[in-house]
Amino acid sequence: MVRWTDKERSTIRALWEQINIDEIGPEALRRVLIVYPWTERYFGTFGDIFTVTAILQNSKVAAHGKVVLKAVGQAVENMDNIKDTYATLSRLHYEKLHVDPDNFRLLADCITIAVACKLRSALDPQAQAVWQKFLSAVVDAMSSQYY
Amino acid sequence: MTTCLNATDKAIVKAFWAKVSGQADAIGADALSRMLVVYPQTKTYFSHWKDLSPGSAQVKKHGKTIMTGIATAVANVDDLDAGLLSLSELHAFTLRVDPANFKVLSHNILVVLAIMFPKDFTPEVHVALDKFLAAVALALSEKYR
Repeated sequence: MVRWTDKERSTIRALWEQINIDEIGPEALRRVLIVYPWTERYFGTFGDIFTVTAILQNSKVAAHGKVVLKAVGQAVENMDNIKDTYATLSRLHYEKLHVDPDNFRLLADCITIAVACKLRSALDPQAQAVWQKFLSAVVDAMSSQYY
Repeated sequence: MTTCLNATDKAIVKAFWAKVSGQADAIGADALSRMLVVYPQTKTYFSHWKDLSPGSAQVKKHGKTIMTGIATAVANVDDLDAGLLSLSELHAFTLRVDPANFKVLSHNILVVLAIMFPKDFTPEVHVALDKFLAAVALALSEKYR
């Protein structure tokens, strides 16, 4: 279980409050598809996601970005139980979706960059450290049911 | 061996660098500060410094040094192996930095660019810079073994 200090908990909550799921979710997923194009393999039903323009305009990408970031919100609500929170989702990503868990790390990096664009200097070095610790816990939990 | 940056990648990198190079010192200082805070294991390379806190004089100075290296890389983007030869030798034989750390510093450079230039750091610029920094890391690792 990940241990959080009181300061870390309040930092995560404060950051999350400034994050608009409808904005950051789509932005992060667009970046993942553009910066790491092999991730396109997981979105066969999304239509045209093969050019930058198509990705930026694709409504399914935007919708799914919101779904993903909403799921990250569950970790904010359950910081002492992140692993259990994502057990079912992790199994789903392994058994049904067949997602290489390294991609969770790539998505986490793109979420951080999207948050950095939006929050700018509000994401100071200490806040970035806590935020990345938090996302690492989410990534670990999402990878935990791969067996 | 060089990672292939295509003509578009190089054009994007050069154009973006032209926009941001005036703030290179600030970029370097912030990226290095963040790396030391977010990835404490990187502090092991700076045990001889007095002050590793964000924005310290030593961190600022070294951030500037790093960005001078990045500027050299931009100027030599058509042949990074040749352009970064002496820096590669320095990192391989003198500094002996585990090359895994190049990725760590690259990530923090990208975070700082996102913070300082959110409108210019579009997804297209993001991918070109990610490829560029990966190519720089590869060129720096050339002489390791």
